[in-house]
Amino acid sequence: MDLVERLDSGDPRALPRLLTRIENRTPEGLAALERLYPRTGHAHVVGVTGPPGSGKSTLVGVLATAARASGRRVAVVAVDPSSPLSGGAVLGDRVRMMGLHADPGVFIRSMASRGRMGGLAPAAAGVVHALDAAGFPLVLLETVGTGQDGVDIASLAQTVVVVQAPGLGDGVQAIKAGQLEIGDVLVVNKADLPGAGDLKRQLRLALPTETGPERWATPLLPTTATTGGGVDDLLAAIDAHREYLKESGNWEIRQRGAARAEVLTGLRAALERRLATLDGDQLNWLIAEAAARRRSPDAVVANLIATLDSAATGGDSVSDQRGG
Amino acid sequence: MTDETPTAATRAPLRVLIAKPGLDGHDRGAKVMARALRDAGFEVIYTGLFQTPEMIASAALQEDVDVVGLSILSGAHMTLFPRIMAALRERGLDDVLVIAGGTIPAEDQATLREMGVAALFGPGTPLGEVVAFLRAQDPARAVGG
Ligand SMILES: Nc1nc2c(ncn2[C@@H]2O[C@H](COP(=O)(O)OP(=O)(O)OP(=O)(O)O)[C@@H](O)[C@H]2O)c(=O)[nH]1
Ligand SMILES: [Mg+2]
Repeated sequence: MDLVERLDSGDPRALPRLLTRIENRTPEGLAALERLYPRTGHAHVVGVTGPPGSGKSTLVGVLATAARASGRRVAVVAVDPSSPLSGGAVLGDRVRMMGLHADPGVFIRSMASRGRMGGLAPAAAGVVHALDAAGFPLVLLETVGTGQDGVDIASLAQTVVVVQAPGLGDGVQAIKAGQLEIGDVLVVNKADLPGAGDLKRQLRLALPTETGPERWATPLLPTTATTGGGVDDLLAAIDAHREYLKESGNWEIRQRGAARAEVLTGLRAALERRLATLDGDQLNWLIAEAAARRRSPDAVVANLIATLDSAATGGDSVSDQRGG
Repeated sequence: MTDETPTAATRAPLRVLIAKPGLDGHDRGAKVMARALRDAGFEVIYTGLFQTPEMIASAALQEDVDVVGLSILSGAHMTLFPRIMAALRERGLDDVLVIAGGTIPAEDQATLREMGVAALFGPGTPLGEVVAFLRAQDPARAVGG
């Protein structure tokens, strides 16, 4: 039996193994994903992002518990950064979710960012598709938001929850860094700590003031993840955002945006793999030519593109064949 | 730590679950080991203190780990290990490599090995030794089932 058959037959090891194969881009994993993709598009993918230590994992844990109370199966994908030096990683988000282990309706997977600074792992989209195809109606995706990399999550998730907490900077930093704009729901976690009220007031000022009747008004909610305080309201806001997307037609728009982002990211990655097939000696020689000012960098690029093109058509360059 | 080249660029990193079963509240050793394995290019899923056999086995299943590393100080190893091995087997995780670190008396070591613990590392074992042991296992699950 292959992995998709094992998944369909209810083999509990199939999904975890499938995710590994997808992460590693093995032929088996990619083939399985190909077959599963038509089944996807049903899960509500909720991104949870925010600075390190703001309480994302703890919050995801209690969110999962709250969603279970409403009968939904929940998948969690928790992404932590890979070490740029060794390529290894310590994935520690599970520590905050250990209360969920006995519930077979909750599936938790830790993922290393593998080469992307703090953002989403390149294979995160594939992993989310597999969980979607496996029938989880709710997928919670935790990532550390850092600068532009947080944008990834906005394309993969239909609903983005941005978590802030007192004591991690003054809130103005988050506003300046543009970390709030991608949020469909803003959370001030650690509402039990002093400074939470001030932070909430600062963030309120950063919210868009004009909201038309058909627009989504970004809620700003206090939570205390360690006790579960405010979590029911947060889950209600997340569910309300899904309703809003469905009713306004924005669900389809976001799905198109997600597909577009994934295609373009995949294309870029495929082109980079093709770049890696360039002959290193030829490349170095041409770079030396540019350094010696015998050819311009643009001319070198044109030359290399022609090489890639002719490799793709399996012979001499196209212009040569048609010339004369 | 070692001068071997990292595995990340060339093949998928080995996934290792590090857990601290039992009731004593010291996880320094486990954390040091987690960091050492990260620095050797492994992906370490760290689950923290007070892990029950069921928690360990369910995390090992969901995370599809190649290795479960247990840190034991409490002296409760002879009651914990049989339960952990049973919980893993119950979930069909017979092919997961189980290793352990901590103070385990010589007379118990043979029993643990018979139970299926692949390697035991006493206190003061150079971390590089653990890394080298795992590297030697590395290709085992790179492809296939
Ligand atoms: N006082 C208080 N502490 C909290 C709250 N939520 C989380 N914490 C604590 O904050 C610390 C970090 O929590 P995590 O859930 O690991 O935070 P995170 O954002 O997932 O952290 P990273 O994944 O490392 O970025 C832990 O010690 C939590 O117990 C809260 O509502 N109040
Ligand atoms: Mg976390």
